Amino acid sequence: MIKEWQPSCTIEVLRLRAQLFNSIRCFFSARAVLEVETPLLGYACGTDPQLDFFTTDYIAHPQRDTLFLQTSPEFAMKRLLAAGSGSIYQICKAFRNGESGRFHNPEFTLLEWYRVGFTLTELMDEISELIQTLSLGYLSLNTTQRFTYQDIFERTTGLNPLTFSYVDYSAFALANGQPEAMTICGYEHGLWLDFIFSHHIQPYLGESALCMIYGYPACQSSLARINNLNPLISDRVEIFINGIELGNGYYELTDAQEQNKRFDEEIAIRLENNRPATVKDKNLIAALECGLPECAGIAIGLDRLMMVLTGSLTIDEVLSFPVRRA
Amino acid sequence: MAIYSTNEFKSGLKIMLDNDPCAIIENEFVKPGKGQAFNRVKIRNLKTGRVIERTFKSGESLEGADVVDVEMQYLYNDGEFRHFMVPDTFEQYQCEEKLVGEASKWLKDQDNCTITLWNDAPLSVTPINFVELAIVETDPGVRGDTSGGGGKPAKLETGAVVRVPLFVQQGEVIKVDTRTGEYISRVKE
Repeated sequence: MIKEWQPSCTIEVLRLRAQLFNSIRCFFSARAVLEVETPLLGYACGTDPQLDFFTTDYIAHPQRDTLFLQTSPEFAMKRLLAAGSGSIYQICKAFRNGESGRFHNPEFTLLEWYRVGFTLTELMDEISELIQTLSLGYLSLNTTQRFTYQDIFERTTGLNPLTFSYVDYSAFALANGQPEAMTICGYEHGLWLDFIFSHHIQPYLGESALCMIYGYPACQSSLARINNLNPLISDRVEIFINGIELGNGYYELTDAQEQNKRFDEEIAIRLENNRPATVKDKNLIAALECGLPECAGIAIGLDRLMMVLTGSLTIDEVLSFPVRRA
Repeated sequence: MAIYSTNEFKSGLKIMLDNDPCAIIENEFVKPGKGQAFNRVKIRNLKTGRVIERTFKSGESLEGADVVDVEMQYLYNDGEFRHFMVPDTFEQYQCEEKLVGEASKWLKDQDNCTITLWNDAPLSVTPINFVELAIVETDPGVRGDTSGGGGKPAKLETGAVVRVPLFVQQGEVIKVDTRTGEYISRVKE
């Protein structure tokens, strides 16, 4: 029986983490990608309608300010890119409130990197190389798979993810014994895609292989650029191994106006859903106005990657102290 | 009754779903990094015993169900109802045969069991994990055979039939695991 004071992972897993960090640093050092550090505490925060954040009081005499713990280092890193840093990477903590479960801990470790001048395809090549390198000796991975979102969605469900059909989507849910999907998702295309993808597609992605899904529907673009050939899809990629989501990457949006518009839209959605208000990152907009170089970037959850490498069933098995013991 | 949000869902929590009392077996938080969070929940309907899977949008809530497990003593069967009593208060409950279900084959007068009450009415009966019952009928064993290999059926005083080793004889009392229906050992009187 493990006692409360003891770590929930083994000492071996501690060693694996150290080794993983070391391999990542070697990998990027060999490619002349610069390691950087950005603040975890900031005055602004992501506006993502699906994320909740931690806030804290900053006693800056004579007044008190509210600071946010970052849900990702993305904005700060983009400001560095705009300032001329060139390609950069960072290993850091990120914080997401309310997220706890077999695959979630509210505080977790991210590897985030940006490649100046890379297209999404070039970034995907590098992701594959990195994951293959890090897996050596732990997990033998088959050849990396690449599917478009539309391809995998149609193949698995017979539904078209790019054009919303309430009738078709509902029929699929009913046929799969999930009438609740109709109440949960209603007429929201994005919600339906999340529901169907996370129940029927994701669990089967990347059996003993790295699986990359790209070309997400435009309504799920987040901070990715809309594809210049097909306005229905965005240049966004997600990666999976053994059904576990490991990371999310974009061909980054560089248009300040478009970014500002998406912030406002997301803030409106947050308001509508009664989510806590957030502060738009004006510094990011200013940086984009000054000019973000064309780049592609991705964030990978290192705890999840460690789960995959060790075959762990819960994130607790790879954390020293999960939030309950922290 | 209390209201429970998806983030309070945990194994064993009793909630109302589609007007039936249910128990949560498993709750999995599912969230695409950039998408809506869901809770995929495995739920047992306490009236039918059926296990279903249901997905909730994280943050949704359900009403709690007034379901409690009470230790009771089994008194007797009047042909229509089984009667139970709470030892401390002498309060008595009657339970239809169909609610007793599988548990009936392990119930011996005076034995303890657990009754699940919903709004103070019996919902189900769970026998204790290990019962000691006498064998009323079994073939005589082969002399000298002390191994457990093979075994033979034995009928117990409550009507249940379990497999016992060949050396166990009619009239002996044995210990049985009610969860698996398996013979554990002989009980020395």
